[in-house]
Amino acid sequence: MTEIKDLIATHIQNIPYSGIRKFFDVANEIEGVISLGVGEPDFETPWAIRERGIYTLEKCRTVYTSNAGLLELREEISRYLKRKNNLDYNPKGQVLVTVGASEGIDLALRAVINPGDEVLIPEPSYVSYKPCIIMAGGIPIVITTKVENEFRLTAEEILEKLTDKTKALILPYPNNPTGAIMEKKDLEKIADVLKDRDIVIISDEIYSELTYGGIKHTSIAEIDSMYNKTIVLNGFSKSYAMTGWRLGYAAGPKELIAAMTKIHQYIIMCAPTISQYSAIEALRCCDDDVSKMRKEYDARRRVMLNGFRKMGLECFEALGAFYLFPCIKSTGLSSDEFCERLLYEAKVAVVPGTALGECGEGFIRCSYAYSIEAIQKALQKIEAFIKKYRKE
Amino acid sequence: MKKDIIEILEKDSRKTAAEIAVMLGKSEQEVAVAIAEMEADNIICGYTTLINWEKIYKDGGFVTALIEVKVTPQRDLGFDKIAERIYNFDKVKSVYLMSGAYDLTVIMEGKNLLEISKFISAKLSTLDSVLSTATHFVLKKYKEHGIILNAENKNDERMIVSP
Repeated sequence: MTEIKDLIATHIQNIPYSGIRKFFDVANEIEGVISLGVGEPDFETPWAIRERGIYTLEKCRTVYTSNAGLLELREEISRYLKRKNNLDYNPKGQVLVTVGASEGIDLALRAVINPGDEVLIPEPSYVSYKPCIIMAGGIPIVITTKVENEFRLTAEEILEKLTDKTKALILPYPNNPTGAIMEKKDLEKIADVLKDRDIVIISDEIYSELTYGGIKHTSIAEIDSMYNKTIVLNGFSKSYAMTGWRLGYAAGPKELIAAMTKIHQYIIMCAPTISQYSAIEALRCCDDDVSKMRKEYDARRRVMLNGFRKMGLECFEALGAFYLFPCIKSTGLSSDEFCERLLYEAKVAVVPGTALGECGEGFIRCSYAYSIEAIQKALQKIEAFIKKYRKE
Repeated sequence: MKKDIIEILEKDSRKTAAEIAVMLGKSEQEVAVAIAEMEADNIICGYTTLINWEKIYKDGGFVTALIEVKVTPQRDLGFDKIAERIYNFDKVKSVYLMSGAYDLTVIMEGKNLLEISKFISAKLSTLDSVLSTATHFVLKKYKEHGIILNAENKNDERMIVSP
């Protein structure tokens, strides 16, 4: 008899567990850990949204919705994208409500990849892209972004990796883990090299509400030549502090959204109904809550950046998401060693850059989705830890 | 910048100019000057502590009353003069001019009902312009200045590390 584990599909066996998950297993065992390792907001979902959720339950709106999601919600999403990025999407046919932006990533990739197609991913970036490409039968082609460019993606870097087999580009900005953003001028440069290619841009804009320094998020779909090539992925998790509600959406050319909806209807049926009703409230009434959270993140970002620079860790000023990505090479430790020792010796959890791409070596991801008090406490411990290693 | 500073101070008046400077990406000097200016301009009128007195006076001995006061406004002075006559009493914590069924809301604190009613009958009702009063005693305070008074300490439910 074959062992049960050998019955697992080979390409699934070959995909490693996420480095973050491994690290979580270790961190979870230690008591009294202060964490800067979390990829979700510390804010509560605004009460108006939760209240709508409760009301939805009271009214027993607990049945399936249409595959694409409640039309009322799709209309609000369409209005939101118009208001924020001046993008026009028809709620009937160009918008699909998904189970988090995560499902959107999977759907978009599955909708466009033929076996052997290449998909470009800038790294360091979120852990799911590479496995999702592989599971969809594609070949991930990593583009290493550089700290000297503040981890922005450049046209030259894309040109180096473009081949006849390139089918799609994942564009994850504002970026997890680096906090990098792509401004309009950056996007225009890459649009120039992409506009005459048959390529789909999968633009993961889940952190779109979280940009700082007076810079408003620009979507690549705003560039005329890119609109018809781009699938915009977004959701409610980060901007409205709704991670556990599992709700996101995709907007794009109707043919692509139709293909994604086809997959979605067979594997998911529809996104959670209670979350969908609550999200209508979010889009209608919660702009103020979002700006309050943004302001608070911005203050924390400055406190953390100031802390790292004071203790002599090089750190570029990230203007997006809620992460800083300081360089720890001066300690002489690798990212994994640094994070493991910091965890055991100082009881502070941060994420090794390598968990988010091999090129993250020498960096750590620190989240500022924590109170200023917690951040200051963690910074003190990190500073003491670094001093010790510099002496040794 | 001033608005950003007071938004921070409104939430936590113990934040120092140095801390605020880091949070806003300004210099400590700039922040200190802005705060001093706002103090001089009566934009920042004071720094107090929000206290849950119910926890101190568990067995009573602390009462808050909200008094609706109807008054006759005075020629040329409107309501300001009579409001001043009222707010100058130490026991009076807040005085607001209202639209609607009555004119002034007076919030005051005292040891017990008797003390407050004595004050109202002896000091407040006897003022020339006061036509009538209606007193409401506060039974329980849930939220004040945007802060829930008996908020339970919430644990961070998030996983320690997540992507």
